[in-house]
Amino acid sequence: MDLAIRTRDLRKIYNSPPPAAAGRTGPLTSAVGKKTKDQKQQITALDGINLDVAPGQIFGLLGPNGAGKSTTVGILTTRVRPTSGTAWIGPHDVWREQTAAKLQIGVVAQRPNLDFSLTAREILLFHGAYFGLNSHERTERANALLDRFKLTDRADQLVRNFSGGMMQRMSIARAMMHDPQVLFLDEPSVGLDPQTRLLLWEIIREYNQKGRTVLLTTHNMEEADTLCEQLAIIDHGRIIAQGTPAELKASIPGGYLLRLRFGHHSAPLLERLGILSGVTEIRASENGGADLYASRGGSLIAEIANAAAALGVELSDVHISEPSLENLFLHHTGRSLRE
Amino acid sequence: MNRKAFLALLARDAHVARRNLGPLILQTFLQPLLFVFIFGRVMVGSGYLPAAYKSLLLPGIMAISMVFTGVWAVAMPLISEFQFTREIEDRLLAPIDISWVAIEKVVAGLIQALVAGLTVIPLAWIILRPGLELHVASPFLFAAITFLVAGFSACGGLALGCSVDQQHIGLMFSMVMTPMIFFGCTYYPWSALSKFPILEKIVLINPLVYASEGLRATLVPQFPHLWLPLILVALMAFDILLLVVGLRQFRNKAVS
Repeated sequence: MDLAIRTRDLRKIYNSPPPAAAGRTGPLTSAVGKKTKDQKQQITALDGINLDVAPGQIFGLLGPNGAGKSTTVGILTTRVRPTSGTAWIGPHDVWREQTAAKLQIGVVAQRPNLDFSLTAREILLFHGAYFGLNSHERTERANALLDRFKLTDRADQLVRNFSGGMMQRMSIARAMMHDPQVLFLDEPSVGLDPQTRLLLWEIIREYNQKGRTVLLTTHNMEEADTLCEQLAIIDHGRIIAQGTPAELKASIPGGYLLRLRFGHHSAPLLERLGILSGVTEIRASENGGADLYASRGGSLIAEIANAAAALGVELSDVHISEPSLENLFLHHTGRSLRE
Repeated sequence: MNRKAFLALLARDAHVARRNLGPLILQTFLQPLLFVFIFGRVMVGSGYLPAAYKSLLLPGIMAISMVFTGVWAVAMPLISEFQFTREIEDRLLAPIDISWVAIEKVVAGLIQALVAGLTVIPLAWIILRPGLELHVASPFLFAAITFLVAGFSACGGLALGCSVDQQHIGLMFSMVMTPMIFFGCTYYPWSALSKFPILEKIVLINPLVYASEGLRATLVPQFPHLWLPLILVALMAFDILLLVVGLRQFRNKAVS
């Protein structure tokens, strides 16, 4: 069977600042600043992305703000023109067969982009009409979705007066209205309260169980870990790791991460720590600290403290984290996803 | 082209226009009718303007109403929907080529401009009669001119709406629409400019000149007007030019 989503060597270079919706306003701009003849700054948003998403999967793109997640979604949903490379939805080349591709997809953008001139119910009804649903189907689906997203009591009000969370729910309901084969959700749970986030996850799983493919972007590790079957970790427009959450976590050397902070750097100390049992990798970090990857956590502390004391270095702070995607990201990039 | 999607887009615009009908009517008709009343009734009635001015004024007022309505109906929604909220996104994601989304906007604007133009005639007639002398010799020509005027209004709205940012709307009206109306042979025939030879030539780049003169030629042919074939060709050229420019701007704006 065809893949639901496929991209080959997808590149996107913006000649002008990309739209904010492409999510590149974060602090981690991957700008490869280059001045062209006319002194325009070129920004490389995607630098050769290859994705293969099987039908019926929940696939996550995990990365910090500005990593290129939204640009990837933008290209896959016909909203951004790729500089080079190709993207397919099922058998359709997204750029060349836009209408066919659009029939297959539902899109929830990072920021609510609801039709402010319409009420919640009208948004769903007109959206259904754009996709050729007949009037009976439209009414039935709109009612079911309003109910599922707990919007029935506000169904006949203009959405311009909705709260952020309600707009977000409404955007997702709209994207599901024509029952697309592939659903794109760009940072779907940003700004949602925990209760609504759980409702959203439940609805995404439910939708996926109908055999539909879901691609979501997130910088929330928990969301990536609990919801996604496959993940691609993306940074600076490149995929730095790909696999199931379990595979990815297992790929971190040691599994546990101990972030240590000392009074001052000491090369002999790092050497000493490196030979402690269970330690697989040690890296000096900024501000007189070290990141230590190991197969055990808390039981190492006493040994670390002793080793430091023996060399006259003060151990001022220790933070232990269990195997997680956050650690994986840190391992690959040297930065935290939250930075 | 996906006909169902196109009709659904049109239905959406019709629905929104219906919802805003009251303000829309005031916005379309209040200013032209006040103008008709003051110039056609007060000024003529008090003898400051000759009685024939009533008939001369009507085609110009009709042209202004149509152009204003067409531009406003297409440009204003586009300007706001392409802004920060990107409201237009759901229509860009409809299963239809995005150029058709723009063409749908033009069709919706064209219909509104036609309605506005054709409604001005009876309303002005009520205010101006007696003494209004309309001679529609060829209804077909009148229909063709009216259609072309509505077309360039809506296409102009598309081109402007995709080129102007929200913070420059005021500027668009004061820098583009106002000079266009005053140098558009709306309140006077083109022949009145014969004493201003340079201005007489310059105003010919203004499409509204052909709109006013075209309506004058088909509604009140007793007044001097531009040569009709020239008017038809010019209006057609402006329709095509503005549509091509508008579509290009729309595509640039829609896809990053």
